[in-house]
Amino acid sequence: MQRSMAYERHLNLEATELRLGLPGSDEAPEKTSAIPSVRSNKRASPEISEESRSKGSSSLSSDVENCEGETAPPAKEQIVGWPPIRSYRKNCLQPRKNDRVDGAGMYVKVSVDGAPYLRKIDLKVYKSYPELLEALEDMFKLTIGEYSEKEGYNGSDFAPTYEDKDGDWMLVGDVPWDMFISTCKRLRIMRGSSEARGFGC
Amino acid sequence: MITNKKPRSSDTDSNYMRDDRTEMSEDDDRSPPSDSIANGSCPTRTCTPGSGSGSGSGSSSIPEYSAPYPDRVLENVLENVLWFLTSRKDRNAASLVCRSWYRVEAMTRSDLFIGNCYAVSPERATSRFTRVRSVTLKGKPRFADFNLMPPNWGAHFAPWVSATAKAYPWLEKIHLKRMSVTDDDLALLAESFSGFKELVLVCCDGFGTSGLAAVASKCRQLKVLDLIESEVSDDEVDWIMCFPDTETCLESLIFDCVECLVDFDALERLVVRSPSLKKLRLNRFVSIGQLYRLMVRAPQLTHLGTGSFSPSEDVAQGELELDYVSAFAACKSLVCLSGFREIVPDCLPAIYPVCANLTSLNFSYANISAEQLKPIISNCHKLQTFWVLDSICDEGLQAVATTCKELRELRVFPFDPREDIEGPVSEVGLQAISEGCRKLQSILYFCQRMTNAAVIAMSKNCPDLVVFRLCIMGRQRPDHVTGEPMDEGFGAIVMNCKKLTRLAVSGLLTDTAFAYIGKYGKIVRTLSVAFAGDSDMGLKYVLEGCPRLQKLEIRDSPFGDTALLSGLHHYYNMRFLWMSACRLSHQGCQQIAQALPHLVVEVIKHEDTVHMDDYADTLYMYRSLAGRRHDVPKFVSIL
Repeated sequence: MQRSMAYERHLNLEATELRLGLPGSDEAPEKTSAIPSVRSNKRASPEISEESRSKGSSSLSSDVENCEGETAPPAKEQIVGWPPIRSYRKNCLQPRKNDRVDGAGMYVKVSVDGAPYLRKIDLKVYKSYPELLEALEDMFKLTIGEYSEKEGYNGSDFAPTYEDKDGDWMLVGDVPWDMFISTCKRLRIMRGSSEARGFGC
Repeated sequence: MITNKKPRSSDTDSNYMRDDRTEMSEDDDRSPPSDSIANGSCPTRTCTPGSGSGSGSGSSSIPEYSAPYPDRVLENVLENVLWFLTSRKDRNAASLVCRSWYRVEAMTRSDLFIGNCYAVSPERATSRFTRVRSVTLKGKPRFADFNLMPPNWGAHFAPWVSATAKAYPWLEKIHLKRMSVTDDDLALLAESFSGFKELVLVCCDGFGTSGLAAVASKCRQLKVLDLIESEVSDDEVDWIMCFPDTETCLESLIFDCVECLVDFDALERLVVRSPSLKKLRLNRFVSIGQLYRLMVRAPQLTHLGTGSFSPSEDVAQGELELDYVSAFAACKSLVCLSGFREIVPDCLPAIYPVCANLTSLNFSYANISAEQLKPIISNCHKLQTFWVLDSICDEGLQAVATTCKELRELRVFPFDPREDIEGPVSEVGLQAISEGCRKLQSILYFCQRMTNAAVIAMSKNCPDLVVFRLCIMGRQRPDHVTGEPMDEGFGAIVMNCKKLTRLAVSGLLTDTAFAYIGKYGKIVRTLSVAFAGDSDMGLKYVLEGCPRLQKLEIRDSPFGDTALLSGLHHYYNMRFLWMSACRLSHQGCQQIAQALPHLVVEVIKHEDTVHMDDYADTLYMYRSLAGRRHDVPKFVSIL
């Protein structure tokens, strides 16, 4: 709800907007030099607010409404952080989704043998195994070692494993990345040679 | 004679100024109540001549001033006197008198307040103040709450916890606001401070229930664990179970923002073995039946957050038949009620017995109507703080105005925070409140439409206003009756409310509104501006006219480099300036950075912003003794 509708920009509202002023008269030059005309899809352009202010209404869309006598104003572009309500409060009052915040993450728990704390990471953030492993190494301050198909993880005591949809524990890296992403339910970084090596066959 | 000139640096006064926080306050800018003489925090000291108290600190960064014997006596006397000085402003003033006073004040300060965690380095702070028992830190600027700042900007607690762990092993209290705290930080905290008593985290994030578990299990003297509007990740560790099995010292346990289930039986047992518990705020995973069980165990509570206030999903029939009225009636000391996260309005009458004593009521998560509110509020004669949703409509506000003559703080939040809808509250409600609640000091009011007349009325009826925050949710909406800008209304507020220190404006506003603020807002400390003003003059009026301005946050307003430059004389007096989506260029910001070397000038880029080279999307600048910080993320450039 907080992201503005990017498609409105594509509709090129400015070309079709109705406003007071001679046809072909442009916005004042200093505006465009200080402010880009293409803004993020997360922000409303201040130019829109500029024009609508002079007509004493608060949106371009309601201008259109006034001129054309439409009864239902089109949905206003949602501005980031406006009105200034904390997202916690917004989420509490509006119907909650079942998944976690924003629904965009793919969080899995990561445990490390011997470490007191569980962490959660968002798998969607990573694009490949090396990225994921590097992040895990950073997060837990350990070295995982080199992966090889035949021998599993060489060079350290740690081997990253994961539980897949079927409940089986697999070595991270055995399946293609996309398959991994869609089947991984949780991660466990195992420690100690024998168990970890057991995956390597 | 106290000299007023700035000493070697602005080390002393500004960076250690504090605003006080009340229980429910989401903001940090209240007039401090008169500080009482310190009792508990004042360790017993004897004053003996030459008792090395002067140079005990060891790691002081101030060169040692070797005084002859008589001055040593004076210092000891001074030390014993200064222990009683608790007000931050007084202490800052005392530290400016001379080196000797500076040093003694530094040794005797027990509450360290850092309004901007980047204004001073942890090392510097801990070297100067050696006997600190309580640390308060504030991190991100307020607009970060509204997603105007990319994640991972900073405000990390880590360097502070490690510095204080070394410097103050006796530390008892940590209060953080808008800081990034990790589980590791909490673990270090729990390990390092054996006598730790109070942890308060307001609007913090980055940690989870694992961190809480560490605190619960290791801090055996813990009295206060308050998590307020913080984001706590669910690490599936039952932290409530981690409190020791013995009797606890807990006086306050606030976890209404924690979005995960706790084991109820463990919670109940915890409450039973916490005889000092006075404040308990449950999260929404606690049903009303469970609430009942806790209330009968803890009738001594003064502050209660009721959790969901609805029956649990797989409800035993018995839940609705419990005698809630008696449970509430038994809580004779209850003065502050909140929660009601998923309220079933039929359950509301249960709270009747406590209404007459309530001084604080938070219905801001309860979607109730005026009809449902009236029977409750008509009994709340002593109410001083009231937070509510606009679902009660103007009619509900009229009911509040009729009864709550002692009201000091009102917050009306929108149930549906969109811009284009018909709002349930308007100038009618505001006018009614102004007429009924003459002692009002603080108001936050969200609405869809407003008139100058109502705002002017409030400015006249409520002369004690310290905080006036009006949010007309439709951007740039004029007075909906006259079609005029809202300049006159806000002008009246700054003109008539002589105690006003915090102001948030909205609606259609021209430069005139800012001229008023600059002319009359002489003691305004915090100003929030959004989608307002016509030109650089607006900002200039404020920067030139408001000598007490400390925090200025502006978004989406047409203020540019010229306006920014007009504040050069003042920026060192401010805690920070935030300007996003205005008309600033990198060059303009650069000029400021060059002119003011003790200002850290951050320009923050937003990932999905396409912008032209010179445009500065977001400027966040603040005075600092620490210089540019070392934890700058990629999207921030420090000029």
